[in-house]
Amino acid sequence: MGDKVLMKGNEAIAEAAIKAGCRYFFGYPITPQSELPAYLARKFPEVGGVFLQAESEVAAINMVYGAAGAGARVLTSSSSPGVSLKAEGISYMAGAELPAVIINIMRGGPGLGSIQPSQSDYFQATKGMAHGDFRLCVLAPSSVQEAVDLTMEAFEIADRYRNPVMIVGDGMIGQMMEPVEFKKEVDPEKLPQKEWATDGAKGREKNVITSLFLDPADLEKHNWKLKGKYDRMEENEVRYETYNLDDVDTVIVAYGTTARIAISAIELAAEEGIKVGLIRPISLYPFPYDIIKKTAADVKNFLAVEMSTGQMVEDVRLAVEGQKPVYFYGRPGGMVPSPEEIVEKVKKIGGGSR
Amino acid sequence: MREEIIMAGFGGQGIMSMGQLLAYAGMKEGKEVSWMPSYGPEMRGGTANCTVIVSDSRIPSPLSSRPDTLIVMNLPSLNKFAPIVKKGGTIILNSSLIDSEVKRDDVEVIEIPANEIANKLGNSRIANMVVLGAYLTHHKIIDIATVKESLKSVLSERHHNLIPLNEKALDRGTEIV
Repeated sequence: MGDKVLMKGNEAIAEAAIKAGCRYFFGYPITPQSELPAYLARKFPEVGGVFLQAESEVAAINMVYGAAGAGARVLTSSSSPGVSLKAEGISYMAGAELPAVIINIMRGGPGLGSIQPSQSDYFQATKGMAHGDFRLCVLAPSSVQEAVDLTMEAFEIADRYRNPVMIVGDGMIGQMMEPVEFKKEVDPEKLPQKEWATDGAKGREKNVITSLFLDPADLEKHNWKLKGKYDRMEENEVRYETYNLDDVDTVIVAYGTTARIAISAIELAAEEGIKVGLIRPISLYPFPYDIIKKTAADVKNFLAVEMSTGQMVEDVRLAVEGQKPVYFYGRPGGMVPSPEEIVEKVKKIGGGSR
Repeated sequence: MREEIIMAGFGGQGIMSMGQLLAYAGMKEGKEVSWMPSYGPEMRGGTANCTVIVSDSRIPSPLSSRPDTLIVMNLPSLNKFAPIVKKGGTIILNSSLIDSEVKRDDVEVIEIPANEIANKLGNSRIANMVVLGAYLTHHKIIDIATVKESLKSVLSERHHNLIPLNEKALDRGTEIV
C-alpha cells in the first residue's frame, strides 16, 4: 500500500472493493464494465472471496440480497441495460434495508443502446430506479483515484444507512488507466457485527428481513422511517467540488468525466478572456443544491453539461430557483462533448467577459 | 508541461501497450498521467487508438481534441487524426506502411521506417518501440531509461523474454532522430 499503480478504472474499483473488506460478488458480464468481474474472478480466490457469475442480472441481484441479509459486504456491477434488470431487486433491498454497493458503468441507451460512454442513467439512479418510495445514495467519480476512494467509502455509507449505494461512472472511467493509491485496507474479520442480520438465531430473538408489509399502517410507518434515512443522507452525505468560482460569468455544472472535459473548456475559455467556473456534484443523490443556489447570486448564468439529452439539468434548475438562467449542452448516445463545443455554447449563452 | 499524445494504428501493432508503457514510465517519474483507449467493435481488426496525457499538474480531460503529438502506424489513422493535431505540433509516422504525404505545413513531420527497422532487429512486432524511442528522443518528456525499467511491469510475464529486444528497438529509435 501507499505505492502508486497504473490501473484501469474497472479493475481499480474491483481492487477497492477487496481493500474495503468485500468478499462477495454476484454479477453478469456486460461491456464496458466486464474487466471488473474478470478481475474479481481472478483475485477473490486468493483472498477467500466468493465470486459467482450468475445466470442473469435478476439472479445476481437476488444473490446480493441474500448475502447482504446474512450480513456480508457485497458488491455487484453492471452497465445500463443490466442495471435495469437489477432494478426490481434493488427496490426490494431498499425496502428490506439491506446495504450493498452497486456499480453502474453507464453506456448509451435506451434499450441495448451502444457500448460507448454515457450519463443517461441519471434519472434512473437518482430518482426512478424502481417502484416504491426509496432512494439510493449515488456517487459519481471523475478519476480512477476517486473511483477507488468512493468505492471504499460506499461500503461504509451502505452500512451506516442500511441502504444500497450506487457508484455511477461513464464508460471512460471504466476503461481509462490512471495512477491510483490504495490508502487503507479493511480486514473483513474485523468489521462490526450486524445485529440485524439473519445469520442464525441460536440463543437470540430471530431477525426478520423483508420488504412485505401487508398492513398499510405498518408500511406507512416503514416508509416514514426510510424517509428519515434519506433526510439524514441529505444532511450528511452531500459531496461536491468547486473549481475557479471567483469572479466568473458562467458556471458549468457537470459530473464524472464530463466535469474534467469542462475544466479543459474552462482553460480554453480563459485563453479568450472568458471567465467560467465549475461546480462538480460528486454525490448525485443527495444533490448539492445549496452550493449551486448560493453561487447563483454572483454569476450571470449556469450551463449544465451532460452526456445525455438533459437529466441533471433539472436538478440544477431546482437548485437555482429561477434566480438566473440555466442552459444545457449535451451529447447523448455514446458521443463525448469536446472542450471546444462547450466553449462555443458558453459564448452563445452570453457568458463572455463583462 | 502538459503533453497530449494520440497513438493510432491497427490492432496488433502494439498501440495500446506503447501507450501504457509511456503512461507507466510517466507515473514512475512522478508525473500525472492518463491512458484512454478507444474501445468497442472498431477494435476488432480495425483501427486501434489511445490517448496518453503526461503532465506536471492534474489532468483535466483524459481525451484530446488538439493533441500535441500524433504517432501513427498506418494510413487510415493518419487520415483520421492528422487534421486535429495542434498547430506547431508533431506527427510521427511509420513510413514503412504510410506511403502518403501529410497535407499540412503547420506541423513537424517525422518519418520513421519502423517496420523495416523492426524486421532488421528480427521481429516486426517491435516497430512500436522503435517509434516510441524516436518520439522520446525528439520530445524529452520522459527518460528512455525509465521506459526500459517499466517494460517488466507493463509486459505480461510470458513476454518478459522479449524485454532485451524491446530495449534494443527503443535504442534504435533514439538513433534515428
